[in-house]
Amino acid sequence: MSIDADTVRRIADLARIAVAEEEIEHLRGELNAILTFVEQLSRVDVNGVEPVTSVVPMQLKKRKDEVTDGQILDQVLRNAPATDDDFFLVPKVVE
Amino acid sequence: MAELTSLTLEQARAGLRSGEFSASELVEAHLQAMERARALNAYVLETPDQARTMAAASDSRLKGHEARALEGIPVGIKDMFATKDVRTTACSHILDNFVPTYESTVTANLWRDGAVMLGKLNNDEFAMGSSSESSYFGPVISPWRRRGANTPLVPGGSSGGSAAAVAANLCLGALGTDTGGSIRQPAAYTGTVGVKPTYGRCSRWGIVAYASSLDQAGPLARTVQDAAILLRSIAGHDEKDSTSVDLPVPDYEAAIGKSVKGLKIGIPREYRIPGLAAEIEALWQAGIGWLKNAGAEIVEVSLPHTQYALAAYYIIAPAEASSNLARYDGVRYGLRAAARELGDMYRNTRAQGFGAEVRRRIMIGTYVLSAGYYDAYYLRAQKVRALVRRDFEDVFASGVHAILAPATPSPAFGIGEKGRDDPTELYLNDVFTVTVNLAGLPAISVPGALSQEGLPLGLQLIGRPFDEETLFALANVIERSAGRFSPERWW
Repeated sequence: MSIDADTVRRIADLARIAVAEEEIEHLRGELNAILTFVEQLSRVDVNGVEPVTSVVPMQLKKRKDEVTDGQILDQVLRNAPATDDDFFLVPKVVE
Repeated sequence: MAELTSLTLEQARAGLRSGEFSASELVEAHLQAMERARALNAYVLETPDQARTMAAASDSRLKGHEARALEGIPVGIKDMFATKDVRTTACSHILDNFVPTYESTVTANLWRDGAVMLGKLNNDEFAMGSSSESSYFGPVISPWRRRGANTPLVPGGSSGGSAAAVAANLCLGALGTDTGGSIRQPAAYTGTVGVKPTYGRCSRWGIVAYASSLDQAGPLARTVQDAAILLRSIAGHDEKDSTSVDLPVPDYEAAIGKSVKGLKIGIPREYRIPGLAAEIEALWQAGIGWLKNAGAEIVEVSLPHTQYALAAYYIIAPAEASSNLARYDGVRYGLRAAARELGDMYRNTRAQGFGAEVRRRIMIGTYVLSAGYYDAYYLRAQKVRALVRRDFEDVFASGVHAILAPATPSPAFGIGEKGRDDPTELYLNDVFTVTVNLAGLPAISVPGALSQEGLPLGLQLIGRPFDEETLFALANVIERSAGRFSPERWW
């Protein structure tokens, strides 16, 4: 299965990565090379096979429902590109 | 004092305890070696002040006879581990000003045991690669060269900085991460020992996430014993990682020198791939001979789904990466690109912040998880993964204790030589290593020989879940038979 330029644009948009128009064709070639490579999986008989959901067979652990962390506002904000008081600042979302 | 850097970790530990030299002297020797070796680009950040402070603290402990397991031992840390107040970037532009306010569990374990941090080591951006060429800080140059040539070679990847630093005596041991072979392949390319522990053996908390169901931290060192010492320190249960396993940590060092008599070693026939280099095949046969001489029993085994492992890996890993890397949005940390509107801010930030290989994997992952394609790609890959894992379970259920195979299909290649036109050319490098991550098993890469061109070649031992001890015992037999390999200093 080969993907076209529109699909490349759609994937880039879903992934929220800006792609210039002149990059599309090159990217299409690279993505198709990878998709062609993984195509071989269609030859495997997977009838009745349960997919892997846990790498090591174990019960998911549960911890006590209690607060173990918090009151670290300054640490949470320390690496933010832009803040205003106790908030992350982003460009305008609605006009 | 240059010779202090060529000690093994175990020798340095003995020297520190007997007072032959101090932790501060050991650290200074390494800081000088790092300065002279900047051409290798192994470290992306040197932390001499921190190293000296930690060494001084170790010296007072040593004087008071209160030495902990790794007291005064200088180590390097792959830049995938969050280190408190020390810049951590995953070698990506999108994180190049990120300073964590917390420490990863495995590095915290090293400091708890008295180890000294020399700095942060270079890697492929977000650990996505097999050559350490995709780092935002530029490629790592291997300390190894082909005999009589000066072509710069890759140290392998993604833990290429860790492998290069260990091989070039720029630390006594290092931490790496292994998602598809990222510890074992660079170890093989640089003549060092690399361990990928069982999934869940070491906490992933505080490691920059790439593919969470495949990622595992592990040590690189110059000897099997040194790797065993480091693994004992970093392994263990952690409440902050729900996939970390609550099992006691054995004294891995005690496995060194243990008899391997009567152990059953599987030789997987599917790893004899078409076009396998003759010198790799010869090394494999040598490894079989060494283990046989030590009393192990050799049996041929079959892992029939091996040929599909790479394809499954290159769906599952990008799928998990596309989800994990969604967090880099320019809002809470890292790079932010200018834009008038929020959506463009995301798109521009991610376009500027991620390199080509990372963008490619995010896009592939996004595609295979998107509506209409999930079943055909992702679900099918997870089923094939189950089959790959079942292959191993069947072999181990038949009484096999460990599997012996090459670590890589070829020795190290030149910088810029592979993957230029077709990204999948580089993926083929992982053919012997990805199966282990898909199945969550432990494996060790140990040097076995030099190629005709004088480059290191590695053997890989794959073990039963949580049986790293058997791997250390077997790898030690190979190490004693093959000897150790170090590069000639040219830098």
